[in-house]
Amino acid sequence: MSESRRKFIQQVGGGLVGLSAISLLGKFTEVEATANTEVKDKPAQIRWGMVVDMSKCKEGCTDCVQVCHSRHNVPDHGNAKDEIKWIWKAPYKNVFTSKSHRYQQQGQLEKPFLTLCNHCDEPPCVRVCPTQATFRRPDGIVQMDFHRCIGCRFCMAGCPYGSRSFNWRDPRENLKQLDPHFPTRERGVVEKCNFCAERIDQGLNPLCQEACKEGVITFGNLNDPNSEIRKLLGEKRTMQRKTELGTAPSVFYVVES
Amino acid sequence: MIYNAKVVLPILILFVVVLTYPFWQGGTEQRPEPQKPAKAAQCVEDAAWMRANHMQLLDRWRHEVVRKQERSYTSTRGQVFEKSLVNTCLDCHQKSDFCDKCHAYASVKLVCFNCHLNPELVEP
Repeated sequence: MSESRRKFIQQVGGGLVGLSAISLLGKFTEVEATANTEVKDKPAQIRWGMVVDMSKCKEGCTDCVQVCHSRHNVPDHGNAKDEIKWIWKAPYKNVFTSKSHRYQQQGQLEKPFLTLCNHCDEPPCVRVCPTQATFRRPDGIVQMDFHRCIGCRFCMAGCPYGSRSFNWRDPRENLKQLDPHFPTRERGVVEKCNFCAERIDQGLNPLCQEACKEGVITFGNLNDPNSEIRKLLGEKRTMQRKTELGTAPSVFYVVES
Repeated sequence: MIYNAKVVLPILILFVVVLTYPFWQGGTEQRPEPQKPAKAAQCVEDAAWMRANHMQLLDRWRHEVVRKQERSYTSTRGQVFEKSLVNTCLDCHQKSDFCDKCHAYASVKLVCFNCHLNPELVEP
């Protein structure tokens, strides 16, 4: 082999290694966590969102939970392992894991907070679903197509909010009252809050918003700067759950009045 | 000549007779007759088309409702219906008198009602 030929091969090889290193660096910067503060307003497009004002929410009241679960045929199996949840209350320390500390004001850590599916702008459950049974609607609702769910539970592993439940048992075993206008699920599928997509398509607001007598929940279009929800977000100090993960939730919380 | 024809031929003929029994015994008379609903004179599309294509129609409906948010169906006659098994189909038809009759006859197992609720059993 002549000297120049050997040199040529060495240079080409070196170049290839360099190129691949550069493209890999690009990959690393892509996954860097961001605070998701970038404004991505698309006024022509709807993005449904919700503000939960916890300063108004009464302790012990479960009106929204009851209405949601009865109208969507969500069973109560009576034990934590089989539990199915669409909307529920959990202690502050579990809802805002990254905003809790041991010297928090009296009672704050244990205070029950209303929680549901966040209908993220970047939903990890949608990314991991192998059958596209979970998908993001153009209006921002993260919807499930139960016809396609194979029960693999990847979405449950993907969701950082614990918003998804698996039907270990036939839900009809423990449904005393059935609402025929909404289907039940069957054993072996995952389910979660659907932001009342069936009502939104009819121009109605979600059941939890309607059921709450205290006005805790405000529902509306996040892309419309003149909507009630955007006005509220502009006035009050609000926070989202686990923003550091870059999921960009559509559910916001007012913690103090 | 057929080997052992005296034994083989009758058995062969009997076998063919038994095998073709369903075709010549007048099976068409035993066809199920699903009950016609009293509520409406016409189905979403005409009856013959529905008999042949209802499964494709229902499959398309569920896809369009869940994944495309298209919830109303305009029939070839221009009528508008809600795309819903429970609220539209079962509003006129009864599962036990209609769906089950043919599906039992054709031995087709339905999975619709594993999740969707049969209003006959729910409402008092």
